[in-house]
Amino acid sequence: MQVYTPPLRDMRFVLHELHGSAELSTLKGLEEVTPDLIDAVLEEAGKFVTEVLAPLNQSGDLEGCTYENGVVRTPKGFKEAYKAFCEGGWNGIACDPQYGGQGLPASLNKLVEEMLCSGNLAFGICPGLTHGAYEALKNHASQELKDRFLPKMVDGVWSGSMCLTEPQCGTDLGLVRTKAEPQADGSYKVTGNKIFISAGEHDMAENIIHLVLARMPDAPKGIKGISLFLVPKFLPREDGSVGPRNGVTCTGIEHKMGIHGSSTCQMSFDEATGWLVGEPHKGMRAMFSMMNSERLSVGTQGLGLGEAAYQAAVVYAKERLQGRSLTGAKHPDKPADPIIVHPDVRRTLMTMRAYNEGCRALAGWVARALDLMEHADDPQERQRAEDFTALMTPIVKALFTDLGFEATSMGMQVYGGHGYIRDHGMEQYVRDARIAMIYEGTNGVQALDLVGRKLPAHMGRYLRSFFHPVLNYMDAKLDDENLGPLITPLSKAFGALQLATAHIAEKGLKDPEEAGAAATQYLRLFGMVALGYMWVRMAEVAHEKRVSNPDDAAFYEAKIATARFFMEKLLPDVAALWGSIKAGKASMMALDEAMF
Amino acid sequence: MKILVPVKRVVDYNVKVRVKSDGSGVELANVKMSMNPFDEIAVEEALRLKEAGKATEVIAVSIGPAQASETLRTALAMGADRGILVKVDGVVEPLAVAKILKGVVGEEAPGLVILGKQAIDDDCNQTGQMLAALLGWPQGTFASKVVVEDGGVAVTREIDGGLQTVKLNGPAIVTTDLRLNEPRYASLPNIMKAKKKPIAEKTPADYGVDVAPRLTVLSTAEPAGRKAGVKVGSVAELVAKLKDEAGVI
Repeated sequence: MQVYTPPLRDMRFVLHELHGSAELSTLKGLEEVTPDLIDAVLEEAGKFVTEVLAPLNQSGDLEGCTYENGVVRTPKGFKEAYKAFCEGGWNGIACDPQYGGQGLPASLNKLVEEMLCSGNLAFGICPGLTHGAYEALKNHASQELKDRFLPKMVDGVWSGSMCLTEPQCGTDLGLVRTKAEPQADGSYKVTGNKIFISAGEHDMAENIIHLVLARMPDAPKGIKGISLFLVPKFLPREDGSVGPRNGVTCTGIEHKMGIHGSSTCQMSFDEATGWLVGEPHKGMRAMFSMMNSERLSVGTQGLGLGEAAYQAAVVYAKERLQGRSLTGAKHPDKPADPIIVHPDVRRTLMTMRAYNEGCRALAGWVARALDLMEHADDPQERQRAEDFTALMTPIVKALFTDLGFEATSMGMQVYGGHGYIRDHGMEQYVRDARIAMIYEGTNGVQALDLVGRKLPAHMGRYLRSFFHPVLNYMDAKLDDENLGPLITPLSKAFGALQLATAHIAEKGLKDPEEAGAAATQYLRLFGMVALGYMWVRMAEVAHEKRVSNPDDAAFYEAKIATARFFMEKLLPDVAALWGSIKAGKASMMALDEAMF
Repeated sequence: MKILVPVKRVVDYNVKVRVKSDGSGVELANVKMSMNPFDEIAVEEALRLKEAGKATEVIAVSIGPAQASETLRTALAMGADRGILVKVDGVVEPLAVAKILKGVVGEEAPGLVILGKQAIDDDCNQTGQMLAALLGWPQGTFASKVVVEDGGVAVTREIDGGLQTVKLNGPAIVTTDLRLNEPRYASLPNIMKAKKKPIAEKTPADYGVDVAPRLTVLSTAEPAGRKAGVKVGSVAELVAKLKDEAGVI
């Protein structure tokens, strides 16, 4: 059963106790973001998600979006929920107050995003894309475009979309064919076909602002000749109201595995009026500020669904009576014991829990870096935060969505056959989670980004933003009575990460295919070490708080036990990953193409 | 006209309440607390009256521990203008609450006090009525519709077997029933504004009220578990059982 309750206690733990929310209000522009405000926002967001969005999750999946004559209708209730969402100010939660946003930090916004993803992933996609488009415009568009479009996008009256993919052009954006012809008035006429455009057409917003990758007539070939254009569905009038329809139409929507409540559109641009965003031929740069923000958000989708699946699995494991405990009946008054008595069910639940809580902690660390990047006074601190974010973005995207999908699958497993049928909503989580491993750059591409771009950047400078704090921490805590037993496996795993990093640097330099062959497993190894570090840090806080806050001892005891589970039962995976990485590409690339 | 809205911090309606092992009460440690749902309806009604130009200021008052200020912030985030926290630790019985509220009314001189008809923790359903008696004001309880008219208020009440409309001359007491309205969600900008709205701190002594309990709780126990049912063979047997065993007909 989809029974989601926002994990507010754990969210407060991550934000206040693990990463120290007091620091936030010392940053310029965040003076008002005090713990009591954070709690009030989390509380209300949780209420909105539980009462308004979550009830539309299964019905939205069942009904899906429908297409007729260029018009897309979202499932029943979505339009009203979107209106309430925007009226509540949630659409602009992290946007600049200059454009009507609430200016709240990423540290808080990422938790609200997580709740949205848990409660109703399909609903959250449209506001997510608007936010991505907002980022690209805010960082790259002319002031005139910003003033004209951003306020309405921040309040959600207008939504956004990212139009990258074309039938012949997915991961390799250098293949974009859509054309943009310059006009005398400084605008462009954009012509071409785009596919897989999430929220490209729908009935929730008054206008849709498409950000479109296209090529100017004089553009160099390949990726260096791509420019970014703003193409609205309706051309706005001077007074800000929507004017005539622009030459952009939705020609169909995809029938797909999951996220049925979100439209995936085929878009046709026919001499549609658009305006250049940023510099000519530098569209990829602008697109990347959108994509980096989106990639972190997609990671959050994995976490959100993993959490929802975990909660549902726990309810069922406590309720479902089958068989007896291996050590004798635990509930002799009942016809059988609840399945939570069985070690394998425990393994499943603990794995989900350890991944979810670990990912939430790691997301909190990255979100803090996003806030420091934006608000810290010290330029060096901003730089460090930027390095760390750049390094962790592919890891958060790929690791969280891989683990999120695994968690939804484990959730289904706990339900057995009742998870595979539709009624309990478990199979929806699996279907919805699967796309997150694909869009915004497949997880394979994320791994290549990590080993190909992020590791070598500035002679390995990005890496230091992770390696140094972890090394220092392990040195400091090695003799800690409580933490010592957790530091030992962490330092072993960290050693494997160092060896794997050196292996890729050395072998990859001679043969890029070696780096490519190691990439996916390296990303996982890196991610597991990052989670391990988070778990030791969480255990540290829990050991302190267990004493200072005895009323909440059960919460902290659970943290400590889960930390131990992660270190003992999950982190050892890194040894196998390193073993496989070490073996190199030879056996992977051995077969001749014709032999497949 | 000012409107005074008392709000109570109670165990959240989603929480499955557990009785303490020694039977001395219910478990409150680490339990999620929220505003009493009937009080949310009261806040909403007051805000709607203000938005319709019938009231000038909405004042939320809470009587309880320091954390009750969170409940007041919730009311402020919904749109109330300011708060009053009367700090009391431990149990406060309806009569003490009504006496404190009488003191607050004396200071604030509201034209209307809108209360929840009852709080979902002890379900007393007494405070509004007691306050009306102490003040000598007219009362319209279990309201499903409230219309402020010249110099008074028409309250449609939910009563057994239907609806009854009473016309009260102001100032008056109204207590809310479930169907009066659907409370709004606090918007993000209002949550942020609420932080800056004033909350005055008071004590029962400020109003000369002794909050010492007058009642003794003998014990607290979980309701008995539901017993297994029986199948009856005929209508006659069912009627006989209802008559003789259940004693309901």
